[in-house]
Amino acid sequence: MVVAERKPIKEILAMMAEYKKILLVGCKGCVTVCCAGGTKEVGILASALRIAKKKEGKEFEVIERTLERQCDPEYIEQVASIVENDGIEAILSMACSVGPQYLAKRFNVPVYPALNTTFIGGALEHGVWAEFCQACGNCVIHHFGGICPVSRCSKSLFNGPCGGSAGGKCEINPEVDCAWHLIYERMKALGKLDDMAKVFPIKDWSTSRDGGPRKVVREDMKL
Amino acid sequence: MKAGSKLEKILTSGQFAVTGELGPPRGADVEVIKKKAEHLRGMVDSINVTDNQTSVVRMCSMAVCKLLLEMGLEPNLQMTCRDRNRIAIQSDLLGAYALGIKNVLCLSGDHNKFGDHPQAKNVFDIDSIQLIQTVKQMRDDGKLLSGQECEGVPKFFIGAAANPFGDPFDFRPIRLAKKVEAGVDFIQTQCIYNMEKFREYMKRVVDMGLAEKCYILAGITPLKSLGMARYMAKFVPGLDVPDYYLKRLAGVEKKKQAEEGIKIAIEQIQEVREIEGVAGIHLMAIEWEHKVPEIIKAAGLYPRPEVN
Ligand code: SF4
Ligand code: SF4
Repeated sequence: MVVAERKPIKEILAMMAEYKKILLVGCKGCVTVCCAGGTKEVGILASALRIAKKKEGKEFEVIERTLERQCDPEYIEQVASIVENDGIEAILSMACSVGPQYLAKRFNVPVYPALNTTFIGGALEHGVWAEFCQACGNCVIHHFGGICPVSRCSKSLFNGPCGGSAGGKCEINPEVDCAWHLIYERMKALGKLDDMAKVFPIKDWSTSRDGGPRKVVREDMKL
Repeated sequence: MKAGSKLEKILTSGQFAVTGELGPPRGADVEVIKKKAEHLRGMVDSINVTDNQTSVVRMCSMAVCKLLLEMGLEPNLQMTCRDRNRIAIQSDLLGAYALGIKNVLCLSGDHNKFGDHPQAKNVFDIDSIQLIQTVKQMRDDGKLLSGQECEGVPKFFIGAAANPFGDPFDFRPIRLAKKVEAGVDFIQTQCIYNMEKFREYMKRVVDMGLAEKCYILAGITPLKSLGMARYMAKFVPGLDVPDYYLKRLAGVEKKKQAEEGIKIAIEQIQEVREIEGVAGIHLMAIEWEHKVPEIIKAAGLYPRPEVN
């Protein structure tokens, strides 16, 4: 899933400084799962904003909604009547950064992101998420025991581990696992260490962001 | 002869090689470079010029290599993959060769998180082993990665680093084998303090036949003080400084620690010379270039062989 975390309240308050009435929109997709922008978090942020604005002695109204998804025009449409008829001055989105962009495309009011979209990842334990993919557009993890060197090695090495790998940890931080140590252990367990002795060729990054903004077109699904 | 550098000539003639290292300044001062380089003159066969080491911005390695050439010294261009993509790498290699640089050391590079610009975007388009392949393809096939023929082929003597003390230990000789497969000519190792572990590493490397396929230069860094030794033991990932060296330095008064450090370095040089498969040393006297003559002479490595 896409993992995100909420921006600091101070930053959000600064974004909202000039507004008296806003729409705060959450999303029931990934950001609900990673506890950053679901119904619950929308409620918490709305209260925090109301309290802060009240302290400043400012008039402020927040309308709360949480959509099925924000990366889909169909669901965005569900807030159209509120945005267009209720005097909404700004929209604050709690979806991953796709959401605010869809909202901005649809509505002629300023849209703000309440979250920082951090990575594609998963939970390690309760309250801890980690990065697992950088969307390089050409998955090669089967060569590396199912561990992604692009996102999980700090230097995206294809022929690691580098000389800084120590005690299973990455040179950049003893809190970060060395992906290549994990790859080594995994390949050993799979009896595939011989594969690790082969030089992995230079990667074609044109399928990654380096090839420009990407698009997936499925002719079979076009209407 | 692949490149015909002095380093290559010394190594291929079976003589024990000595390389040194020069860290460029954090500014545009040429005098600093000249001063450091003069200490190394006649003491080492080739001088590595670091490439923004520890990700701290310094004068570019290629420019300093050119300054060394003008001084009549042989440079070894260190090149990392941290700050350049394959376009810049190949372009720099062509330029470096045009300037007369014949040795290149292929590195992945320290992560930018360590340096003075942790906010920087890093590159890592290719890795160190793929960089070796790139330089080799340019040299041996006369072709760029795109397949484009080089108008003028850069003939480099290709080097790389190896850390026998990185984890997992069992993989380290295999990683060296990958560098050999990629086409490396010589290897400079990380600073060696744990001699026992290095011996074990070299034994495996020799058993795998790797020492016949590349020249291995053992990395030596004299310890300047107990403080430096402690710092290296604790904070440099992938470096192994055994306790007995810390104790030994702690055992002498502070004024004499530098002297003791030099003694240790000289002993280490003697020890690595006895190890099968070691073709030379790489002396990294970090900000201590003026001590190099003393060390080289005391280790019996002076005068350096003449080649033409
Ligand atoms: S190889 Fe590419 S697609 Fe596969 S997990 Fe890594 S970054 Fe994602
Ligand atoms: S220590 Fe491991 S994860 Fe970190 S950069 Fe080196 S190989 Fe990659």
